[in-house]
Amino acid sequence: MVAKRIIPCLDVADGRVVKGVNFVGLRDAGDPVELACRYDAAGADELVFLDIAASHQGRTTLVDLVRHTAEAVTIPFTVGGGIGSVDGITELLRAGADKVSLNSSAVRTPDLVTAGARRFGAQCIVVAIDARRRQLPAGAAPAWDVYVKGGRENTGLDAVAWARQVVALGAGEILLTSMDGDGTQAGYDLGLTRAVVEAVEVPVIASGGAGCIDHIAAALSEGKAAAALLASLLHDGVLTVEEIKADLLNRGLVLRPPAPPLRPPAPLPPARPL
Amino acid sequence: MTRIGLIDYGMGNLHSVRRAIERLGAEVVPVQEAAAMQACKALILPGVGAFDPAMQRLEQAELIEPLRDWCGSGGRLLGICLGLQLLFQGSEEGQREGLSLLAGRVRALPRTPDHPIPHMGWAPLLPGTPSPLLPPDHPPAWVYFVHSFAADPIDSACVTAQVVYGDARVTAAVWQQNVAACQFHPEKSGPVGQQMLRRWLRWVESAAA
Repeated sequence: MVAKRIIPCLDVADGRVVKGVNFVGLRDAGDPVELACRYDAAGADELVFLDIAASHQGRTTLVDLVRHTAEAVTIPFTVGGGIGSVDGITELLRAGADKVSLNSSAVRTPDLVTAGARRFGAQCIVVAIDARRRQLPAGAAPAWDVYVKGGRENTGLDAVAWARQVVALGAGEILLTSMDGDGTQAGYDLGLTRAVVEAVEVPVIASGGAGCIDHIAAALSEGKAAAALLASLLHDGVLTVEEIKADLLNRGLVLRPPAPPLRPPAPLPPARPL
Repeated sequence: MTRIGLIDYGMGNLHSVRRAIERLGAEVVPVQEAAAMQACKALILPGVGAFDPAMQRLEQAELIEPLRDWCGSGGRLLGICLGLQLLFQGSEEGQREGLSLLAGRVRALPRTPDHPIPHMGWAPLLPGTPSPLLPPDHPPAWVYFVHSFAADPIDSACVTAQVVYGDARVTAAVWQQNVAACQFHPEKSGPVGQQMLRRWLRWVESAAA
């Protein structure tokens, strides 16, 4: 049994965390590096940074953020958002990211997945798939469409077929977000998750919809996901990584045990100019 | 300050390895050619990617024979991830000969239902022959893996740790005289990985100058 992973996701724009993070004792609730260190010390298995602005001028800031994160955290982290070329991949990996996540650019330029995997290995090329349940007549088998541009544009691609295709192109992992579930806290789309997991042999990270531990447990067991991506549930202080892991371990799932509760937080990285 | 040479042959991400070693108080210098090895107390061979391109790049950098000479004359070396696999004689992933510092070949992880490949994530080490990396009575060490292949050494005494994958136990770390290597990423394995690197560094520092 491969251990399941709990992955906090931080949305960033211009080097700052976008959604407010509600942690006790944070020096700066908007500093992604400080937050990354906190999640690292709490026993998070990996981290994901998504640059939601992905603006041209924000790119340098993102690279700086990656560099500072790499200096401070001791677990793997993925960076996504607006990566459109091999040079873009190279820049972020050189700055210290362990993996990059490609989304719209993989749809636009599927060769980028292959080129990235050839150059750096499949293990560092994550393809993010934003999927929405297709409206079908009652009784029809469920299907999901792939959306890009932050969920605004339907590509018409079938999510399960696209997942198969990106793995064939060289993706080493899939970050699968249910657009229907995202932000609702009503639970992951288990049908979508399971359909993609069963279609590919690479790990699938389930994302979108977590509202409680039951949802996470369901994504990892019924949904068969390798990992659960968590955002507001953690950032809002509803649950901690320690609580989630302790609960999932009690349910018989295999995970890296959480950090001991009384461990002091990791030392903060030196202050840096913004 | 202990100077560690980090073999820089264009395969993957040196940044996190360099940071992890620097955090432990050692100096890290990139080694792109054989001449740069001489000033180093020990070498680290990192690497992610595929076996053949990695050997090809080592060949282009004219580092294969110098690495063999280094280890053959008692020089200390730590391989990480693909860097472990390159120490063996060859791999099912490719056709090229490896560095052949350790006897055996690298094999694909067994295809197992509900076990994604690559094997990506955290797993506890199963202790083998004790070594400075994993001394006896070490508490369970959870470390971070990303791999699709694992070494199958001829001499099982060199296996200092294994990891369970599906129904199989595969090589997680090896140690033979002056040559050590991890299939997992100690530099990405939280405090446990840092401690492991610290033990290796202490062992390097304990060597007669």
